[in-house]
Amino acid sequence: MATVELRFSALPEHVRTARLVAAAVARRAGVDEAVLDEVRLAVGEACTRAVGLHQAAGVPAPVRVSLIEEEKQFSIEVGDEAPRSAPGERAPGSPGEDPEAEGEDEMGLAVISGLVDDVEVTAGENGGSIRMTWPTTT
Amino acid sequence: MDLSLSTRTVGDRTVVEVGGEIDVYTAPKLREQLVELVNDGSFHLVVDMESVDFLDSTGLGVLVGGLKRVRAHEGSLRLVCNQERILKIFRITGLTKVFPIHTSVEEAVAATD
Repeated sequence: MATVELRFSALPEHVRTARLVAAAVARRAGVDEAVLDEVRLAVGEACTRAVGLHQAAGVPAPVRVSLIEEEKQFSIEVGDEAPRSAPGERAPGSPGEDPEAEGEDEMGLAVISGLVDDVEVTAGENGGSIRMTWPTTT
Repeated sequence: MDLSLSTRTVGDRTVVEVGGEIDVYTAPKLREQLVELVNDGSFHLVVDMESVDFLDSTGLGVLVGGLKRVRAHEGSLRLVCNQERILKIFRITGLTKVFPIHTSVEEAVAATD
């Protein structure tokens, strides 16, 4: 099982909590101090995306964050339960229709892939996940 | 930490000083502020980000939205930022080509093009 697991209601105000917890666990796991800012940003982006997907699809389930300490590496998996046939697809009339929010989902993914070398994005009819992995020094 | 916002006028520029964390929760407040300024006729904005501790893609989206609004009135939106961790986000998203980024408010206020 994960070192620490977090489940939170899909609301924007809880994304900060996820960032703080993820950074604290990453630090303990031995992720380099210089990389912690990136961990914080990447997990925030992944959670923001999951919250957006849940809200757009009206999914009442919480967003899941698994913080996994392994030998020489630390992984964070952010899972959503928003069904879609294609990654990033939004329901009509959702907040995604806001012209200023348009593309934010993709921008979040762009930030993640720019920050993290080891990223795995999956999506299916039962939801999706983003798994990010960093090396540890201990 | 929450988001703090304050505005002041310097010549024909409006300086928006932002502090704290700009994320999915707080970004709507920044958006409201920028929309309000443009609606009130301030089309030359300088966003001072020196006291920003955290910025994510939602915040970037709001800044891009602000830029679109001022450009519709032939205005400008300049940023003030010296923090490497914030600048990095602009670089990896290619937005350093979109926003003029200055090292001080004085420099941003004096800049033309």
